[in-house]
Amino acid sequence: MVDLPARGRGLATVATRRPLVAVTAVVGGVMALHLVWMLLVADSVQFARLGTLLWDGLMRGLVIGLAGIGLSMTYSILNFANFAHGDYITSGAFVGWGVTYLIAGFGTANWGDLLLVGAAGDVYGPQLGIGITASPVAILVGLVIAALAAVGIALLVDRVVYRSMRDAGGIPLLIASVGVAFALRYLVAFVYTQSNRGTTSASGVPQWSVPMIDGTLGVTGHDLTLLVSSVGLMLGVHVLLQRTKLGKAMRAMADNKQLALVTGIPTERVVRWTWIIGGGLTGAAGYLLVLWRGTLTFQFGWLLLLLIFAAVILGGIGSVYGAIFGGIIIGLTMSLSQLWIPTDFARAAAFAIMILILLVRPEGLFAGRTTA
Amino acid sequence: MSGETGSGWGNDVVKIVVTFAVMYAVYFVLGLIAGLPLQGIFATVVQLTLLIALYAMLTLALNLHWGYAGLFNIGIVGFMAVGAYTMLIISKPPASASAAAVIGGFGLPFSVGVVGAVVATALVGFVVALPALRLRADYLAITTIAFAEIIRFTFQSGTFSEFDLFGTTVGTGGGRGLLVNFEDPITTYVLDSGAFAAAVDWIEAATIGGNLQPVMDTAVVATVLMAVVAGYYWLFRRTGESPFGRVLKAINEDEDVARALGKDTSRFKVKSFMLGCALMGLAGAFYAMYFLGSVNPTAFKPQFTFFVWVALIIGGAGSNTGSVLGAAIFVGVLLRGPLFVKNVIETFVDIGSAPPTIIDAVAALGTLDVTPVIAYTFENISLFRIIALGVVLVWLMKRRPSGLLGHRKETAAAIPLGRLRPVGDAEPAADGGGSE
Repeated sequence: MVDLPARGRGLATVATRRPLVAVTAVVGGVMALHLVWMLLVADSVQFARLGTLLWDGLMRGLVIGLAGIGLSMTYSILNFANFAHGDYITSGAFVGWGVTYLIAGFGTANWGDLLLVGAAGDVYGPQLGIGITASPVAILVGLVIAALAAVGIALLVDRVVYRSMRDAGGIPLLIASVGVAFALRYLVAFVYTQSNRGTTSASGVPQWSVPMIDGTLGVTGHDLTLLVSSVGLMLGVHVLLQRTKLGKAMRAMADNKQLALVTGIPTERVVRWTWIIGGGLTGAAGYLLVLWRGTLTFQFGWLLLLLIFAAVILGGIGSVYGAIFGGIIIGLTMSLSQLWIPTDFARAAAFAIMILILLVRPEGLFAGRTTA
Repeated sequence: MSGETGSGWGNDVVKIVVTFAVMYAVYFVLGLIAGLPLQGIFATVVQLTLLIALYAMLTLALNLHWGYAGLFNIGIVGFMAVGAYTMLIISKPPASASAAAVIGGFGLPFSVGVVGAVVATALVGFVVALPALRLRADYLAITTIAFAEIIRFTFQSGTFSEFDLFGTTVGTGGGRGLLVNFEDPITTYVLDSGAFAAAVDWIEAATIGGNLQPVMDTAVVATVLMAVVAGYYWLFRRTGESPFGRVLKAINEDEDVARALGKDTSRFKVKSFMLGCALMGLAGAFYAMYFLGSVNPTAFKPQFTFFVWVALIIGGAGSNTGSVLGAAIFVGVLLRGPLFVKNVIETFVDIGSAPPTIIDAVAALGTLDVTPVIAYTFENISLFRIIALGVVLVWLMKRRPSGLLGHRKETAAAIPLGRLRPVGDAEPAADGGGSE
């Protein structure tokens, strides 16, 4: 009796002071109700379709989240939006897949062509029978190499480009990172050619049909590989940042660099570890995305970059959990938007969500919980 | 540093003219040394001029955003796309039964299409500005690029490939895009005129002969576009010197101070953002009409935006002269230069066929044979130049972030103060005056 008017007044306050929040909440609520109506009453959406979209969105979201952790950490600690991040993904994936090709196809073709992921156009992933059950060692080694390659590239670029610009401010660093992105992306195209290649063989991976209420949900071995690897890596980062001094030092640096220096935190070492952790996760994310999708081009990391930015901004810059959560939200948005709008607009929907978050809550959903 | 006036190299127009002259001279000398046909070199230079004009318009408009108002816009292609598509939808002839596959437009004159492009882009700029200008620079950047991508997806989508508007069937053509299937006034009144044909005939007879018609057509268009660039330059220079421009510069220096002086800073930012966007849309309409010939969404990928940024950074943000110079150097040296130099070198030495992969090329280095590496690089020169472009951008940001002419001191007063200053006090007031 005492409670009700107070709550009513609270809602009214939200509606008048933060009209965008109120509108967002109302629209979200209406869409949820509409979905339930489509599922149960109109029967225009099957549970199996919804399940497939959710599963698909989750997979894509995990990749975006995994790659977003690195972007988020460098964004908060070095204070700039790294536009070259997408090309770390591409570079790592190409190096890793070269190694996978080499192991899976050892002896069947020229080692150079294998290492260049079939750049000469005479070796193809499906022909090598690459798949998680057919060639688990090749994939595992490739995954590790992709992570290491991305770490190497991130450290090299930091050393050559960003290190001497630490105090240059966010915008000059951002513009420099655009230059790095161009150089890296077209170096990859220069070395590995611009061709779009298929990387995996459908026969090399087990597939299951999970029964849903009115149909089935297709799950492949690569889905599960992606799920297990990315969740494992995310847990690893969580433990690393929670249990070690490094995590604390990162939080301190993100908060106030000068103070961290005064306190005796070896800031350059923290920066190096940030690149190592972020780069490693990024390389692994790129490799896993290629495994999951089965195709590889030199543009794919760049095309993913804006979605990663969307995820990081959504979750709140600097927050590892925010990046993961934001990634999954972006992945699900891209999938589920197809229930209402044409598939052409899946990415547009993800960007629209990002712009909305920037308007409603620019500090992100996980704000204040920076770096772990 | 000198101001905007002076003599010799101090004069901005002289700088621009000298840069163009040097670049043309280099192209002609290299081409003649290599024995390329004169007509071919002329065609290359004319094409180059056309592209420089388009880049210069975009760079000048971006300079208003970033150099004057400090708005980090990386959605340039989005505004260009809006301009290009609006112009085409307005000016394309209505679909006829004979050409059913071609999507029609309203069939209004090109000039109406251009005005429509400017208005539409200004409105889109307003819509983007409303949320974007509340954000800090890096968020503004990400928001503008996201908007540009949303615009591209919209044009790409099959949903709007054909729709009815005011009783006429128009559309974006989806992934196939739109064809420029109508004439512009330059073609109608100049290129198709008898006087022009006679002039071309005379030039053909007087010089090298051959069919010069296509080159001369492009030359006329390039000249007209250069005149448009001059118009942009004049407009932005006037804007920069006007009270409006001074407020923008003040906002760029310190927004709080500008607000403390009673200026409604967000209003100024929205206005300048809209003006810049409108002129990007105009450039987009010209780009579609005179360079692309047919428009589809792949022409408006984010990469293009960053090319314009590289041009601005080379020239130096904040300087209109620098913007034009930056556009010229970017197109002439970084974008088209490598291709031309490759042609020139190939007439001298026979590089041979390129090895299939870079490993084959590098393997030959073991026997001290560098030709395979060069051949591979030449084969992929269009990729290699973008690597070089990235390296140049990084180098500029590290060594010379203000570009060629950026961050010049500008006098705040509208009247020249030089004569009133006592002899010996050469420091401009913007330096904070003397320390004593």
